Amino acid sequence: MKGFSKMSYPYVIWALIMIVAPMLMIVLYAFSVKGNSVLTFQFTLDNFARFFRDSIFPSVLWRSLKMAFVTTGLCILIGYPTAYIFAKMKPGNQAVMILLVTLPMWINVLVRTYAWRGLLGYVNFGNELRVYVGMIYNFLPFMILEIYTSLSKIDPNLIVASHDLGANDMETFRRVILPLSLPGVVSGITLVFLPAVSSFFIPKFLGGGQYVLIGNLIEDYFITSGDWNFGSAISLIMALIILLSMFVMRKLDHENKEAAD
Amino acid sequence: MEHKTTLRERIFVAVIMAYFYLPILYVVLFSFNESKSLTKFTGFSMQWYRRMFADRMIMEAIGYTVLCAVIATIVSTVVGTITAIGLSKSSRFLRESINQINNLPMLNPDIVTAIGFMLFFTSLRIQTGFLTMVLAHIAFCIPYVILSVMPKLRTLDPNIAEAALDLGCTPLQALWKVIIPQIRGGIVSGALVAFTMSFDDFVISLFTTGPGVSNISIYVYGAVKRVNPTINALSAIIVYVITIVLIVINVVPMIRERKEKKNEKDFENPLG
Repeated sequence: MKGFSKMSYPYVIWALIMIVAPMLMIVLYAFSVKGNSVLTFQFTLDNFARFFRDSIFPSVLWRSLKMAFVTTGLCILIGYPTAYIFAKMKPGNQAVMILLVTLPMWINVLVRTYAWRGLLGYVNFGNELRVYVGMIYNFLPFMILEIYTSLSKIDPNLIVASHDLGANDMETFRRVILPLSLPGVVSGITLVFLPAVSSFFIPKFLGGGQYVLIGNLIEDYFITSGDWNFGSAISLIMALIILLSMFVMRKLDHENKEAAD
Repeated sequence: MEHKTTLRERIFVAVIMAYFYLPILYVVLFSFNESKSLTKFTGFSMQWYRRMFADRMIMEAIGYTVLCAVIATIVSTVVGTITAIGLSKSSRFLRESINQINNLPMLNPDIVTAIGFMLFFTSLRIQTGFLTMVLAHIAFCIPYVILSVMPKLRTLDPNIAEAALDLGCTPLQALWKVIIPQIRGGIVSGALVAFTMSFDDFVISLFTTGPGVSNISIYVYGAVKRVNPTINALSAIIVYVITIVLIVINVVPMIRERKEKKNEKDFENPLG
């Protein structure tokens, strides 16, 4: 049986080449002089200095973070009541509702976003509002599904017990249901916030070409202008911020679970 | 919870569903539009569907998408399953290290993974094209396969495989006849995840493909710059296919369950 462990060796090599090496390439490019190759590496911090020197780049970063925050917040505000109502329905209806929420998720993201273009032609929304409509449209199903999963796991006896012990609906919700559903909200946040920060085709499709987010910057520097060193630095900054927020979320989740125990 | 919803709650759900389905219905409706307009429906016509099927670029994009998803699914399912079995017998250190490495593409934003591949391929002077796109897809699919096979392996009783070996199985037979059948559920769900991830991918494909090779997502991305109602027809067809597939997937088990229940009843009460 021990012999089976050899079966993982090929993948170890593959993972080092196809996952670790590409990530190191980004770091290498971000810290090297323009037009550099692996062989003639010249260290520099200039790409990062350039990002913070020009006020445009930090403001785009700020706008992307703000957009991701607001999108996540609105997804919770809309998604929580939706999931809550689903969880109250008859089991058969619950299954239908979940199928209805899942179906749009299976349709190609670009097609889904494109679908809004015609419809938004009827209303006079600003670029920012149009991007929000598209963002929430794409990410709300994840939030609903995560919250619904944690709500449907709650033992109904706990709610009965809470009522028996004299709590009214509001108190039961606040002190029993809400704390028990928080893990779902937390994993919903990671599923919405992360892709929202880096999304670049939603602003491009719906923002009328004038709404630039950090993902658009990276795409431009790689595909249009070909300045890969600066593009790598921007992605590294974004990846760091995302890693940091993930870390904070995990920490919160952990404390939550400990408090629940 | 009691199974009662108020009228206000039902209206709320209806509004949410309208938000989800209005744009989809809109695209399907306008795929039958006679004119090029995206806001005025002038009359019924099938011309955008005809044009779509006559458009070589779209047909090629569909072909590349399917081919890439099939290759990526087969390779990543086989490699992922073999690796997961290997890891389950490996040292804790190796297992944890691979898990951490696999986390990179799963937690990183797609665009970061994508530019990593792009820099990697061009640094090695590999001409980007269909091959690099497939390689990248395989690379980001394997971690998901491992992730769905691993939990099944953890619940496996190691004694069963040992018994097979004691009873004269070769290790390969033990693997094929004892271990694989027990983790089949994990393998199937891993393969499904891999297929949908690959089929729907946009960002990683955009950065790893070369000139002349695009999948459906890249085609849509490039085509929406101008008014182009063939995209409506393409989108509508995607909607039809997914609706049919999901309904079949969800309704067939329900019917089967009902039949089984009926059979059980017949069995319990043969005269009834």
